[in-house]
Amino acid sequence: MTMTSVIIIVGIALLLGVYISWRAGRLDRLHARLEATRAALDVALLRRSSVALELASTGLLDPATSLLLASAAHDARTAADDARELRESDLTRALRAAFGQPEFRASLAGGHGAEELLAEVETASHQVFLARKFHNDAVAATLLARRRWLARLLRLSGGAPLPGFFEIDDSLVAAGPDGQGTDMPHLTG
Amino acid sequence: MRVGIVCPYTWAVPGGVQEHIRNLAEALIDLGHQVSVISPADDDTPLPGYVVPAGRAVPVPYNGSVGRLAFGFLSASRVRRWVKDGQFDVLHVHEPIVPSLGLLACWVSSGPIVATVHTANPRSRWMLAARPALQSALEKISARIAVSEAARTTQVEHLGGDAVLIPNGVSVRRYEKADPLPGWPGAGGALGFLGRMDESRKGLAVLLAAFEILGAQRAGLRLLVAGPGDTEEVLDKVSAPLRDRVVLLGQVSEADKVRVYHSVDVFCAPNTGGESFGIVLAEAMAAGAPIVASDLDAFRMVLRGGQAGELFAIGDAAELAMAASRLLDDPQRRAELSKAATAAVKVYDWPVIARDVVAVYQTVTLGGIKVGVVA
Repeated sequence: MTMTSVIIIVGIALLLGVYISWRAGRLDRLHARLEATRAALDVALLRRSSVALELASTGLLDPATSLLLASAAHDARTAADDARELRESDLTRALRAAFGQPEFRASLAGGHGAEELLAEVETASHQVFLARKFHNDAVAATLLARRRWLARLLRLSGGAPLPGFFEIDDSLVAAGPDGQGTDMPHLTG
Repeated sequence: MRVGIVCPYTWAVPGGVQEHIRNLAEALIDLGHQVSVISPADDDTPLPGYVVPAGRAVPVPYNGSVGRLAFGFLSASRVRRWVKDGQFDVLHVHEPIVPSLGLLACWVSSGPIVATVHTANPRSRWMLAARPALQSALEKISARIAVSEAARTTQVEHLGGDAVLIPNGVSVRRYEKADPLPGWPGAGGALGFLGRMDESRKGLAVLLAAFEILGAQRAGLRLLVAGPGDTEEVLDKVSAPLRDRVVLLGQVSEADKVRVYHSVDVFCAPNTGGESFGIVLAEAMAAGAPIVASDLDAFRMVLRGGQAGELFAIGDAAELAMAASRLLDDPQRRAELSKAATAAVKVYDWPVIARDVVAVYQTVTLGGIKVGVVA
């Protein structure tokens, strides 16, 4: 074996090593991003159910709407993992039903702290919408990277479970002028 | 007496609570009272003269399923106007812990309020969160009625205090007379069942197992089944030679339901549990059907310990087959049972039940205060 071929082989091995560690590092970064977006989503969901519960318990609303929101918020917060998406969707629908009443805001006007609370529910709902978008983005990117042959062959992601999309109904009233959905929707139109 | 009744669910949608309110209102009117019912209703549905529409109910998730409920300030102000105009002596709300008109009516009114709880519903922690809003509404209720023991437990847990037990009624005159469906019961005899086919506690599986035994012994015997559910799925469970002798009607109209009770030689109520009263049983009794029923506490009570219908061990298909077989061979015993059932069901007839309700109304109005609206 000549010196040149040894150098070539060592060079290829070196390059391959660098490439593999780069891919592994990328997967690692993707998983970290995934964890971060999931944690953010959990916080956003929790914040939404808490503020919905708070709105229900203020006595600002009529008792029927209070009861609806309290039950939906409680069910969302305490849902088992496999029922979580369903219960969170239910909370969205309950919020939409409450905020979608004609003259809803006007009926609360003047209530102590009403404005702030409504704004907080709006913000929390919007955050859920965004956090879920970002999380599902991260899921998609991670799934794609993990599907590459090298990642599968060398099991670059170790024992990490395959991430799943978080699918809920978080659509709010999209008040786009052309009837199109916007990315800044609100609970009331 | 001027009575205002509040219905939480859309009037035209079939349901136990709506049915209860309709029968109660009509029985009260027959007794000479002035009755007004407020109910969510779609704009285009025709309503009886005594029903005032409160606008459309909105589909919304509640308690694990999607219900159509009327809530919010707009509904509340409609109820308020109705209460104000009605000048009622007593207000009777139904299902006050469902987020709909009943709860809103308690919220906006003052004076004598009677509340009836229909469904059993275990207390849940989230009710604490809605408590400030709930309490101001629910603590005004002056008398509580429960339609069953299970509903009474719910009452006590949610509202505190005790409730008077007044069972669901059955409109006997609506079931008394009807023509059998064409070709029924037929020479070979017929068994009948009414209820959801896919709900296991209704016990259709027990009856099908009994029919396997009976069908093999009796060449002409047929089984008539009415009620919602997947008919194909049920037929799959029947052995091939018996399949054309099991007739599945699916969901039937109110009129056909009455005819079903009159179309069979023996009516079977094989329920395996969860029945608080057994409205189907009471209807069958009103129609004068000879009955074989599971030995559930509620059924035993309604059937007077077996005097107005045969009882068999819960879930025991062989015993059901034996009891039904005895009755099929004994027309005289069937006639006796039919007569006993017709007599026993009288205490659940709406005019009788309505008098019990009126007694509650009279008690809460003794103070002489009228129903009004809160400022």
